[in-house]
Amino acid sequence: MRNNLSKNIFFIPYVLWIALFVIAPILLILYYSFFDIEGNLSLVNYQKFFTPVYLKMTLSSFWYAFLITGISLLVAYPTAFLLTKTKHKQLWLLLIIVPSWINLLLKAYAFIGIFGTYGVANGFLEVIGIGSQQILFTDFSFIFVSVYIFIPFMILPIFNALDKLNPTLMDAANDLGASRWMTFRRVIFPLTIDGVKTGCQVVFIPALSLFMLTRLIAGNRVITLGTAIEQHFLVTQDWGMGSTIAVFLIIIMFLIMFVTGNRKQGV
Amino acid sequence: MKKLVQLLLVITIVSALLLYAISRLNSSQGFTSSNTLTIYNWGDYIDTDLIDRFEEETGIKVIYETFDSNEAMMTKIEQGGTTYDIAIPSEYMIDKMRQEDLLVPLDHSKLPNLKHIDGRFIDLPFDPGNKYSVPYFWGTVGIVYNSKMLGGKKITSWADLWDKDLRNEILLTDGAREVMGMGLNSLNYSLNDTDEAHLQEAKSKLDALTPNIKAIVGDESRMLLESQEASIGLVWSGVASEIMAENEDLEYVVPKEGSNLWFDNMVIPRTTKNVDAAHQFINFMLDPEVAAQNAEYVSYSTPNKTALKYMPKEVVRDERFYPSPELTEKLEVYENLGKKNLARYNELFLEFKMHRK
Repeated sequence: MRNNLSKNIFFIPYVLWIALFVIAPILLILYYSFFDIEGNLSLVNYQKFFTPVYLKMTLSSFWYAFLITGISLLVAYPTAFLLTKTKHKQLWLLLIIVPSWINLLLKAYAFIGIFGTYGVANGFLEVIGIGSQQILFTDFSFIFVSVYIFIPFMILPIFNALDKLNPTLMDAANDLGASRWMTFRRVIFPLTIDGVKTGCQVVFIPALSLFMLTRLIAGNRVITLGTAIEQHFLVTQDWGMGSTIAVFLIIIMFLIMFVTGNRKQGV
Repeated sequence: MKKLVQLLLVITIVSALLLYAISRLNSSQGFTSSNTLTIYNWGDYIDTDLIDRFEEETGIKVIYETFDSNEAMMTKIEQGGTTYDIAIPSEYMIDKMRQEDLLVPLDHSKLPNLKHIDGRFIDLPFDPGNKYSVPYFWGTVGIVYNSKMLGGKKITSWADLWDKDLRNEILLTDGAREVMGMGLNSLNYSLNDTDEAHLQEAKSKLDALTPNIKAIVGDESRMLLESQEASIGLVWSGVASEIMAENEDLEYVVPKEGSNLWFDNMVIPRTTKNVDAAHQFINFMLDPEVAAQNAEYVSYSTPNKTALKYMPKEVVRDERFYPSPELTEKLEVYENLGKKNLARYNELFLEFKMHRK
């Protein structure tokens, strides 16, 4: 009895936290989404979301988030695999994680310098004879910088999954005559699929609502749902429309979690 | 648990002691609510020597705080945590603050120096009769361009920007009013136009400009123009004068079709505890010699007509920053268009941003 009581007491901070900082804000967003700009109760925001402007924005957000996630995965998986083979793997892992401690804005400003007309990247292109190109404010720079920023979050879960892998399984596959590629495809990859799923969730969802980079690195040539939310809240002060976009983002995120989530509970 | 309680107690006691120490320190330096003046201004927007001089002349202690956007400033004044006695918002924000009853009316009998302000800048739509505000600095929106990078080409109008040779050269500022205003002005409409057909026309005109646009950025445009990342930028005159001081090849022009005229103004917010000192300060800043010194430090255009006498001739005669009355006639101040129209401006601006090359 006493035990139960103290258990409940310890539960209070958690419940309070979830209620105040997770459930209440979501309910507030839902509430605001039903008001038009003049504060009247209406569904006009939802109607507006299904106009070509916002649908196009949603599609392009998805496309960019998909590219960012895909490229991150392509880079992160081999990296994580090599990391598990190194001698001081924790040290190498630390070196990959350290850049993610630096403020996003600082990194973005650094890239403005690197990708600028007179920056290091163009200096290099001059030297090898290609000649200077416009790199800053293009789709390429946007995806490159986003991938750079998200990569540690992709490597970490994949590394953990690979690290936990029992090496005897690979030996067994080898003994039974599987080629290296087959071992990877039939043994290693299926056993690390959870790490890949987590990594994709951790990258795809924030990538869907990126907003600072769209201005600093893409010069507003890329408009994502995040940019629109920022504009509606800070500039137009159309909280209703901003909230409506946020509601759709939340729904989309739940769907993604559901699709990529682990459904084999209890195993 | 016991330890936690002890810790909390210690923290509370220490905080209380620190608070007490601060209040003691403040009063020993002469900071009491009756003779302090809290000023809330944009960053680096006053010659701090003038604050010292004001303190010496009046015996009032000045606390100086800065903000970086009108919206942030208004939010803080609405919350009312700090007793700001003077704030310096832009014109459209004054209209808004006036409507939300955040401003204290000015007592003109305490501001004899008001007569020095140029008649052009008195009694404007955002504050009829200057009941709540006094202009601090003013300026325009225009085009800054690097004549060297453009091979000596001169830009004089908005229409010049649609030139096919300027591919990928233009930096726009990330503001719906500024960019839509540019589209409207280039079609000879008012930048306060709310006619849907005109707005649509302006938006299509802007879409046609897309190939020439390099990026739509915020404050970074200073750095990008200074370092010759782009040769043309849509900027406020104040930004232009700052970057022109750094890069000699840059030129500033107010397009001949017309443009925006903006003001930053001194107001007394509702949070004030010292209305008298606030009036004293406003009157002090309106003194022609003080205004001249401030204008030379900040390098924005002063609305103080008498102050121009105390300033170097080449500055005052510079038509780029002190345009003639004929040109200012053509310039328009942003009117508060109301939330709905502003939302329409922003929607069209968003659609324009999504338009790809």
